Amino acid sequence: MFSRRTDLPLDKDALSGFLPWLIAFMVFLAALAQAGLIGLDELARRWDSGMAAQLTVQIPSDSEASGATDTRRLQKALNMISETPGVMHAEVVSENQVLKLLSPWLGVVQATDVPLPRLIDVELEPDVKFDARVLQQKLARTIPGTQVDDHGVWLARLIQMVRTLEALAAGVLALILTAATATVVFTTRTGLTVHREAIEVLHLTGAHDRYIAKQFAARAWALGLKGGLFGLALAAPTLFVLGYVADRLQAGMLPDMSLPPLGWASLLVLPLAAGLVAGLTARYTVMRNLRRML
Amino acid sequence: MDIDPTASIARFENVGLRYGLGPEVLQDVTFELMPGSYHFLVGPSGAGKSSLLKLMYLALRPSRGLVHLFGRDIATTARDDLPALRRAVGVVFQEYRLLEHLSTFDNVALPLRVAGLREADIKRHVEELLVWVGLQDHMNARPPTLSGGQKQRASIARAVIARPNLLLADEPTGNVDERMGYRLMHLFEELNKLGTTVVVATHNEAMVRELGHPVMRLDGGHMSVSHGTKYQTSNVQMGEF
Repeated sequence: MFSRRTDLPLDKDALSGFLPWLIAFMVFLAALAQAGLIGLDELARRWDSGMAAQLTVQIPSDSEASGATDTRRLQKALNMISETPGVMHAEVVSENQVLKLLSPWLGVVQATDVPLPRLIDVELEPDVKFDARVLQQKLARTIPGTQVDDHGVWLARLIQMVRTLEALAAGVLALILTAATATVVFTTRTGLTVHREAIEVLHLTGAHDRYIAKQFAARAWALGLKGGLFGLALAAPTLFVLGYVADRLQAGMLPDMSLPPLGWASLLVLPLAAGLVAGLTARYTVMRNLRRML
Repeated sequence: MDIDPTASIARFENVGLRYGLGPEVLQDVTFELMPGSYHFLVGPSGAGKSSLLKLMYLALRPSRGLVHLFGRDIATTARDDLPALRRAVGVVFQEYRLLEHLSTFDNVALPLRVAGLREADIKRHVEELLVWVGLQDHMNARPPTLSGGQKQRASIARAVIARPNLLLADEPTGNVDERMGYRLMHLFEELNKLGTTVVVATHNEAMVRELGHPVMRLDGGHMSVSHGTKYQTSNVQMGEF
């Protein structure tokens, strides 16, 4: 499909100088969009599979009850939850942990300063259909005011938002692909005009359209690959810096959004894809345009 | 696609050619070229000599009439089959049309490369031919560094390297001195003796008379043919369709 030697002076085109830069810029943007897409997909899947099998039970603070009564109520709830079919593990969240979770909103406070609810983390058996409302009714009868949060509503909204962002990233990738293709079509057409005389000589010496198209395709493949590698070389440190900044921000506010190893590997495909898209587009453009010549 | 060696080389029937909406530069041109013939194509400037050659080397299609090349009707020949027909036609262009970024060797090798020959065979053939045309010392030179005569010889070498059935030369002596002009004509005669059909477009009436080959004359877009004085009889047939 591609040919290394060329009878056309394609290296001397001014446009050949621009094409790798344009492709580098597009691959840079594509790498960011693809990394975003993979990171978000990973996040959504983790939320979907991990957190869907979790519940949080919230027992309201009773200001009139003594500490011993509070502990008894908590133990009672914990026993009820643990004995419920489908529950794999239940664990009380310590007051310190609750304070830590609330610290971004409340600042540094003591347990005695505010009436803190007690929380129980519940881990459900995977692949078991669990009805949180039944548990909620059972607990509320014994300890009034108890809330069971199965994360479902807000998780669904979050996942919907993530999926929307994913669609946006995929749209950006599609736009970049379109722009790259249009750029190659434009440069190839210009090349055909610039080298019209030499192409005519090749035709008159008996060259098939595909012989000429191969030479354009080989050049576009090489330029696309070169530009793609350069774009990826720029994108890699950018993604590292973004990952580092996200890690520092994390501190309980953001989930882990780092790119998995497979995600990094998939970025390596981008320069090859850039070369392939450029080569195939150039070949198609040349074949289509030469058909109009005799 | 194979070329039939027994078929007539070129057959034109009532061919007319116009560029865009302009007047016809060729009108009702009818003739048939038989294998092994040698013809001069003469006529004043603007008579349509180059246009006729362009029709013969498939750089143009006629506005009307029928063009058959090697027995194939060009109008009904598939685009994919045209390269094979073109490989059977060698062309010496008036302005040489060498590719300036390629060396003399690569220019001459072009028809063999597009035909897909192995590089080792290409090297052998091209080197032999460059010795024959006296350009063995200029194999790596690029056309801008060659003289007019050297460019002409490189152009001829490119035209004949693939052993074409038909050789068309458009004013090959126009840019070279008289001595070189005669040498080129003798070169074409040598090729003709090897079986190549030759058509040479020229303004040089003295040379045409002296060499005595049949003459196709174009004037005002119309063609007439006169037989030559040489041993060979004209293999151009007119108005027999």
